[in-house]
Amino acid sequence: MLRLSPLHLHQPRDLAQAVALLAEHGPQARLIAGGTDVLPSLKLGQTQAGVLVSLRRVPELLGIDLQDGQLRIGAGTRLAEIATDADVLAHLPALAHAASRVASPQIRNMGTLGGNLCLDTRCRFINQSDLWREALGGCLKSHGSECHVVPGGQNCVAALSSDTAPVLIAYGATLELLGPQGTRELALVDLYGADGRHHVLLQPGEVLVAVRVPLPGPGTRVAYRKWAVRKSIDFPLVSVAVRLDVAAGRLTGGTLAAGALNPRPRVLDLAKWAGRAVDADLAAELGQFAFDRCRPLPNVPYDAEYRRERLAVEVRRAVLELGVIPS
Amino acid sequence: MTHARIVGGRHGKPDSLDAMTGVARFTDDLVLPRMLHAKILRSPHAHARIVRIDTTRAEMLQGVHAVVVGAEMPMRYGIIPWTPDEQALAADKVRYVGDAVAAVAAVSEEVATAACRLIDVEYEVLPALTTPEAALAHPETRIHEANRHGNVTKAVQLAFGDVEGQLQAADLVVEGHYQFHGSTHGMLEPHCAIGHVDGRGLLTVWSSTQVPHYLHRELSKVLGIPTHQIRVIQPLVGGAFGGKSEPFDLEFVVAKLAQKTGRPVKCLYTREEVFLAHRGRHPFDMHYRTGFTKDGKILAVDAKSVLDGGAYSSFGLVTTYYSGQLLGSPYAFQSYRFDSTRVYTNKPACGPKRGHGSVQPRFAIEVQLDKAARALGIDPIELRRRNFIGENSQTINEFHIGSSGFLECLTAVEEASGWKERHGKLPRGRGLGVAGSTYISGTNYCIYPTELPQSGVQICLDRSGRIRVFAGTSDIGQGSSTMLAVIAADELGVELDDVRVIAADSDLCPVDLGAYSSRITLMAGNACLNAARDLAGKVRDAVATKWGCTKREVLLAGRRAQRLDNPEVWMPIQEAFILAECAFGTMGATGSYQTPKEGVHGEYRGGTIGASPAYSFTAHIAEVSVDEETGEVTVEKVWCAHDCGKALSPVLVEGQIEGSCYMGAGETVMESHGVMASGLRTDGQRRDPGPGKEGLLAASSLLDYRMPTTLDTPELHAFIVEKPDPRGPHGAKEAGEGPLHSVIPAICNAIFDAVGVRIDALPVAPEKVLRALREARKS
Repeated sequence: MLRLSPLHLHQPRDLAQAVALLAEHGPQARLIAGGTDVLPSLKLGQTQAGVLVSLRRVPELLGIDLQDGQLRIGAGTRLAEIATDADVLAHLPALAHAASRVASPQIRNMGTLGGNLCLDTRCRFINQSDLWREALGGCLKSHGSECHVVPGGQNCVAALSSDTAPVLIAYGATLELLGPQGTRELALVDLYGADGRHHVLLQPGEVLVAVRVPLPGPGTRVAYRKWAVRKSIDFPLVSVAVRLDVAAGRLTGGTLAAGALNPRPRVLDLAKWAGRAVDADLAAELGQFAFDRCRPLPNVPYDAEYRRERLAVEVRRAVLELGVIPS
Repeated sequence: MTHARIVGGRHGKPDSLDAMTGVARFTDDLVLPRMLHAKILRSPHAHARIVRIDTTRAEMLQGVHAVVVGAEMPMRYGIIPWTPDEQALAADKVRYVGDAVAAVAAVSEEVATAACRLIDVEYEVLPALTTPEAALAHPETRIHEANRHGNVTKAVQLAFGDVEGQLQAADLVVEGHYQFHGSTHGMLEPHCAIGHVDGRGLLTVWSSTQVPHYLHRELSKVLGIPTHQIRVIQPLVGGAFGGKSEPFDLEFVVAKLAQKTGRPVKCLYTREEVFLAHRGRHPFDMHYRTGFTKDGKILAVDAKSVLDGGAYSSFGLVTTYYSGQLLGSPYAFQSYRFDSTRVYTNKPACGPKRGHGSVQPRFAIEVQLDKAARALGIDPIELRRRNFIGENSQTINEFHIGSSGFLECLTAVEEASGWKERHGKLPRGRGLGVAGSTYISGTNYCIYPTELPQSGVQICLDRSGRIRVFAGTSDIGQGSSTMLAVIAADELGVELDDVRVIAADSDLCPVDLGAYSSRITLMAGNACLNAARDLAGKVRDAVATKWGCTKREVLLAGRRAQRLDNPEVWMPIQEAFILAECAFGTMGATGSYQTPKEGVHGEYRGGTIGASPAYSFTAHIAEVSVDEETGEVTVEKVWCAHDCGKALSPVLVEGQIEGSCYMGAGETVMESHGVMASGLRTDGQRRDPGPGKEGLLAASSLLDYRMPTTLDTPELHAFIVEKPDPRGPHGAKEAGEGPLHSVIPAICNAIFDAVGVRIDALPVAPEKVLRALREARKS
């Protein structure tokens, strides 16, 4: 069977210790929470780490709190808890839904929100064994110099496959980070960069502590839709969150955030439809808009052209699903 | 007092609780003192000559005990004795990405893996042929130099009757082009083997195999050791489905490394290695012409198939025959011709997967029948009834059909699904489809020419009241050990728990050929019944003597011997066994089974391949929903009725029916085993940018190879039809493979009923459905 290479595991008891350990061990150290992404990746040789710093015993990362008009979710909160938490279900139902669609029950019982947001990018040319990648001759992200998705490309275009990132971006989430220089806040949308080799733009030694989401107003609704071949287990092949802000039956603003395309979610502002009645025509138009503005690449393992068509359908259905439109 | 018969009772498997609670020991659970671990170095090239292998650096790594290369085991072998084209480790050439080149035994898997990286192999890369078209177009690039016909591994042409004449005379000729993609078994347990040489030089190999007897023979051949100095043991197997029905590199490797090191050596495949070992369903490209009268009678079937075989022959000779030979029932053909060609390609070798060689042509013919029914305005079930070949009949290719419950199967699913009220009348987007099929209960001939029995069973009675059954049979989860216990317990009057089955250990058990071709129930079942009847006769004799009655008046049932006419007169079965042992000495008997040779098949060349003592019959109805906006097909429900002759264990038969439907539905709509250049797009029109290298698997993990989850599984309804066949034990025929076949065309026919388009190239992917719907709208 596949074996982990020997490594050192540290289990800090608080956040300060965790940050100190990261600073001490530098780039060879990796954070591990539920381990559902890091461990398979290490076993398959897709990433290397000499030191793992486990966040499992760090109490500051746990908990879901309603405070000051926002929901604060500790980064170490399990996805299974987010999917069933009463406050999340009441205020951020699309997040609960997205969390419930991650992988399988066992993985949701282990995987955390922070882990899902910091999920490594995925690509059919990377998520393979050592033998497979050696046979291929490597790629930008894996001991090679060539991108097989975009021939001649300089950036790795492996896809962000987080189910929770698009929906949290649509909700306008911000992140609490703690690093050697202290704490800082970052809009979730700014967490992600364009290069799939290091798409999570945390500073060296920084830890994602919590996610803060402003409670949506009465006219704001968010829908998340995911398509994968199977109803469980799979990473998204199409993934999109749609936020509509509606007042007196008219759109006042909105956001579309699509995942599973590139290393960072594609975020599109829907302000130009402000003033429009929210009807089936709008749903169709937004579907076409997504089709025009999103170009799935042959990075994740499914036909790219179909994913583009499917994205349009999912956007249209997301708008219909929001319940403000008689279908 | 009366006792329920064990045969036909609703019991489970006596050993299932062990598997469910984690107590069961699979090969990888076995740990021997001083055991080493082996890893196999595999080729990164799809086709290359091995110029040089240098193992020096690997041998010097601390913790490494031995390295083995192909030159040390050069003898070619193959599961079919006529096509030995494999080597335990490739000595001269590699033929697919993943072909085994060398192996290391070390103190741990980690050290063995590191040592493999230190083996220096120099390759001369050759052109890779990854499609049958390329392999046929380039015979000068020979994947196997010794092969006489370019890259064709086997070609079979057989004709029966006047096909062209009947096609001319037909009122309707349906012509279709069908593509069946590759799929693999996806068993839970990866292959695993342990080799050990004891002080006397006896080699023992424990292996997760479904053919311990053939493994025994091939180990002897490749290692040059007589079979009596080899012991093969098959521990509990966690699924196989045909994927463990021939020897694999790891079995030779652990044996050789155990010889070299003097220590036990284990090798456990990674999941990727399971996908590389493959031997799964062949991709088929099929052209069919079928002629019908206006009443729907089949006048002619003309079939042409190209089989994509992968890098080695495996069972390919048989697969090529099966692709045509198994189509001759349940429908009568007035004339029939098939032309099948199997081609080598630089990919993992294809072989037998549940329904070996006949699932693909069954898909084609059953869709052809559906098209004809539509064109002729005949109900698809009625069209099938009209063509039923009948019981005690002969197929056009001269196979003798015994019992057949095919019509009863059709009626069972017709009624259960509400076919008459619903077919063709459901709202658009929802549909029903039907298909039927047949399968063999074992093959009439052993893989190697022999007059020896196909199966032997030995039974011993114990003075404790227990029974021991020794059999070479391979229980791979299908329940063959339960089947033996059922037959023995039923005959000897004990409960299932009183029977110990000791199976698949070549030192302890008589030979059985293995778990393939759905042969064990019929063959080992008959052997077991013979032995059990022999012993039961002696026990009843001894009891009759004591009671002063005749043997015929003694009944053995419910842990008792009792008077048939007076249940008040009885004794515990243990007492009866003791009486018998006193009378006859130690109680043991053997039984064996040999297939009938008269009136089973035709005498033409190839006429024996596919012939079986008895045939099972199946009918499926599938209900699907089609999302016309996304092209997604959901298999909502499947009704399957299967004629297994006699269900010795109805719960297990239902399990086989449900498992078959699950597996067939999965490969219809989701699963695909192929290489990246061609494996992602099966339509051949557009192609995603592939990698520079050819022959890389598109899906070599259980994440990328998408088998249905529980949530993706249709609602399954299993119906048992019992038409006992005189050749089966208690009339039993097979149930493990037949119930897979027709679920695939039933789903495709249901899609047509739902939205009026045909998907003749599998798998049924949403983009294909969308394209077909668009084309249908255009025209």
